[in-house]
Amino acid sequence: MNKVLLANVDQPDQTNIDKYRERGGYQGLQKALAMEQTAVIDEVKASGLRGRGGAGFPTGMKWGFVPRNTGKATYLLCNADESEPGTFKDRLLLERDPHMLIEGMAIACYALDCHLSYIYIRGEYEFVAYTVQKALDEAYAAKILGPSLMGKDYPLDIFIHLGQGAYICGEETSLIESLEGYRGYPRLKPPFPAVSGFLASPTVVNNVETLCAVPWIVKNGAAAYSAMGTEKSKGTKLFSISGHVSKPGTYEVELGYPLMDLINNEAGGVTGGKLKAVIPGGSSVPVLTAAECEGVTLDYEALLKAGSMLGSGGVIVFNDTVKMPEVLSVIADFYAHESCGQCTPCREGTGWAAKILRNLVAGKGKVPDIDLLYKIADMMEGKTICPLADADVMPIRSFVTKFRSEFESFCAS
Amino acid sequence: MIQFNEEAMRRYQTIISHYPEKRAAVLPVLTLAQREFGWISPEVADYVGNLMGYPPSDMLSVATFYTMLHKKPAGKYHMEICRNVSCWLMGTYACVDEIKRRLKIEPGGITPDGKFSFALTECLGSCGTAPAMQVGDRYFENLTPQKIGEIIEKLSNE
Repeated sequence: MNKVLLANVDQPDQTNIDKYRERGGYQGLQKALAMEQTAVIDEVKASGLRGRGGAGFPTGMKWGFVPRNTGKATYLLCNADESEPGTFKDRLLLERDPHMLIEGMAIACYALDCHLSYIYIRGEYEFVAYTVQKALDEAYAAKILGPSLMGKDYPLDIFIHLGQGAYICGEETSLIESLEGYRGYPRLKPPFPAVSGFLASPTVVNNVETLCAVPWIVKNGAAAYSAMGTEKSKGTKLFSISGHVSKPGTYEVELGYPLMDLINNEAGGVTGGKLKAVIPGGSSVPVLTAAECEGVTLDYEALLKAGSMLGSGGVIVFNDTVKMPEVLSVIADFYAHESCGQCTPCREGTGWAAKILRNLVAGKGKVPDIDLLYKIADMMEGKTICPLADADVMPIRSFVTKFRSEFESFCAS
Repeated sequence: MIQFNEEAMRRYQTIISHYPEKRAAVLPVLTLAQREFGWISPEVADYVGNLMGYPPSDMLSVATFYTMLHKKPAGKYHMEICRNVSCWLMGTYACVDEIKRRLKIEPGGITPDGKFSFALTECLGSCGTAPAMQVGDRYFENLTPQKIGEIIEKLSNE
């Protein structure tokens, strides 16, 4: 398999700009700069690349929504606010191959006619931001960024902006609010950021992994990228796998790769017991039972058909010693803590569900509490500005439905 | 009265220059202020508000949204240990117990000498190297109670 993203992450000197260039780096940018701006967008459209942050929206289409010649500046924001539980893939790219991100951003900026761009990195990743800043400094010194873009008369500045600890700021409109200097309250859409985002100007927000795929696509062509993966899920994707496996880590596979192969081959198999359940795409997606994992492939369509989602590619594996109500309680506490409080159903619902679950795992629950969880889920779902409440609803419903007897036995004890 | 020293003032000017509008610099400036003064006290909010031309209450409102901006004094070493799914699976709470035993404080607490404070935190993006803990701009990963002891020992002597 061709590695698009992790080809060079094991080279210890890959963060150095000269080594990056020796290994073919910045050739994608060079090629893009010889193309028409809109032709670059067409290339990304044709590749079938979809947003790797969780939502899976087609990247080229997102770029295509940006209106041209509005008289306002256009902004590209890189979403490096990786905070979805179970997800640690962007961190690897930022730490080990920061120039790939800078190259991807430079290509995207050129395509979008953007001259000022930010990388919004979660504050906890400050040590990672040092590496990225060093790479940015190198790119400026090499005259790739700055008053001219790799020799072309096209000024481009890229700055790092550190978050300060808020899961919600990974939601794109919340990220924009936060970048503007406010509390990270998500905005109602429409207007979509493509039309009115950062400083009420056209804005594109793309995930780190998405932007890192762009140099390869431009360099090797859309057809080479779309030759990988499945009919509808093109290319490769990073999966960060953790929990009860012998080799946790981040792996790159073609979309459509079997989930059980990822667990057994790449991650070295389940440890400490037999497989019980898997969260395939970060804590916000429905859990799969061991039986449901059989035969499932890792692509947007197959996981949806199996009743879950690809999400961010954060795979968490549970062995059969784990008590699922306890897992759900940990997850519910997370959403209660991270709800921004703007919408009542989410602010109250996430906290209420978390309280019920804490009570239940402490052995103080009653069977009607289990049905109350469904009711709370119904009261939250689809009734809020952003998807955080829905992200709590999906684990609640799936855990309770698929492992109901465990919830009941906690009540009996 | 508190104020930025020369070096911090230079950094403040640099931060402002990165944004087309001054308001966008609020979060990095609050971060700078925390670095200089330890936490976002009402006095710090007053200072940043006056410096940037916004109401101090507005600055506090922003600060209270973000967990990394402290609303009370934190220790010199603020230990934030992840309590989310993968870390929890791999034994976070055994490490939490060790921190409590050694420092004799509960989550949210600070040692009397002001050296250590600790808190439970959400996913740090270290799920593959769980359990994990953040101390300032450092990560400590693959934690065990024994490692916790060594880290506290090491930081005590720094």
